[in-house]
Amino acid sequence: MTKALISVTGLDSTGIIAKVATKLSEMNINILDISQTILDGYFTMMMVVDLDGAHLRFEEIDRELQPVRDELKMTIHMQRMDIFDAMHRI
Amino acid sequence: MIETGEILQTMRMIQEENFDIRTITLGINLLDCSEPEADRCADRVYDKICYTARNLVHTGEEIEKEFGIPIVNKRISVTPISMIAQGDPVPIARALDRAAREVGVNFLGGYSALMHKGATNADERLLASIPQVLSETNLLCSSVNVASTRAGINMNAVREMGQIIKKTAAMTASSDGLGCAKLVVFANAVEDNPFMAGAFCGVGEPECAINVGVSGPGVVKVALESVKGQPFDVVAETIKRTAFKITRVGQLVAREASRRLNIPFGIVDLSLAPTPARGDSVAHILTEMGLEYAGAPGTTAALALLNDAVKKGGIMASNHVGGLSGAFIPVSEDIGMIEAAAAGALSLEKLEAMTCVCSVGLDMIAIPGETPAETISGIIADEAAIGMINNKTTAVRVIPAVGKKAGDTVEFGGLLGHAPVMPVNSFRNEAFINRGGRIPAPLHSMRN
Repeated sequence: MTKALISVTGLDSTGIIAKVATKLSEMNINILDISQTILDGYFTMMMVVDLDGAHLRFEEIDRELQPVRDELKMTIHMQRMDIFDAMHRI
Repeated sequence: MIETGEILQTMRMIQEENFDIRTITLGINLLDCSEPEADRCADRVYDKICYTARNLVHTGEEIEKEFGIPIVNKRISVTPISMIAQGDPVPIARALDRAAREVGVNFLGGYSALMHKGATNADERLLASIPQVLSETNLLCSSVNVASTRAGINMNAVREMGQIIKKTAAMTASSDGLGCAKLVVFANAVEDNPFMAGAFCGVGEPECAINVGVSGPGVVKVALESVKGQPFDVVAETIKRTAFKITRVGQLVAREASRRLNIPFGIVDLSLAPTPARGDSVAHILTEMGLEYAGAPGTTAALALLNDAVKKGGIMASNHVGGLSGAFIPVSEDIGMIEAAAAGALSLEKLEAMTCVCSVGLDMIAIPGETPAETISGIIADEAAIGMINNKTTAVRVIPAVGKKAGDTVEFGGLLGHAPVMPVNSFRNEAFINRGGRIPAPLHSMRN
């Protein structure tokens, strides 16, 4: 399974999770885990997703997220989960 | 499952603490390109490099994007050119520079000669061509091994290298002697070093290999900020833990690059390599331990602890460790070292002492343009002696700044940084250097 972490940060507004999740669902990307907090009006969400179902390459998926970034005016960052596993798990 | 705190820690290391993969270096064997006719040999070299490294830069960028970790440099190291150049090596040098530009790497190392015991005719031709080659090419790096623990010190080569460094500085005077920043003199050079300017692909290496150098002095410095005032046991443990994490990412990138390029994984170099950027300094790790500047009494001990802890932490994180592995202490490439030299806290002699306990040697040090060739040779001989006796790699990369004296500044730009010109001991040594010959290899027992 190719897992990726999608982090979404920026000023809180209505419908952030919905919009990101809808986009992912359109690309057939399954959400495995989700955590979200708001600190001082600052929205931080982390999603672990499974990329195997998507028919797009990594950079294409990242490009598809661009309209969501623009619409929500939030930073959306996607990176392979392996880097966190490598660093924090033996 | 990875916890949010862990994810944030990784992100902070990359975004705020300058953690990066310093280099993916592709080692390429060129022995099969050797031809009596120089131009034909140059063509074969060019073709082989362009073919083997065709996907290197693109793949590096792909990994960078997918894993969210910057890979600062993509580089190539090749078989020491004196081993394949049967005639004039200069056309091969030009082909190497062209090939490096064609595949998009930022440096190519291996314009090298291994002459710790003696010189072949090809070694002599290559040495003589170094000043011209480094002044005419942009991406080519050169290194010469003049000593080893098993062979002793080739003092003829040491004498010659003093002159070659002077000549290279003179021929690249308009760029503050930049040519000398691309030239290293080694003792006990390693065959799988991914770092420039000393990378080459040794004869014991496979057809090609991926070698990766990690970095992250900023990460270590920040980690030590959380253990202020605590005993050295805690300092060492903190560095080990941090080095482990850094190296695990290096291993991941190396494995991924190797898989995507279908080129065997060689080694991860467990290094702390600084850049001139603030927050990316090895010297600032030493000051974080409690020294006012790098160079203050205690610096050698601090560096010894750092170097050893980096290796201990890193070694379990990678299945093959190699290269130079340790902390680098270049002067012009480290803001903390620049500050220390400018404040008068750091002398050439203290740097020499520091090289006894760390990764390499006297690195990126600007010296007065007037410094005689014999003095440079003397510096090389001293450094080689430290390497030879202590069974470690040492190196000299000094830059005589033409027309400048101690206290002036030289500017190389980019990763190479800037540096104050450091004073050099001016007592004479011509009669010593002009002896030539070989300093015999040391005894390998009774090691006190």
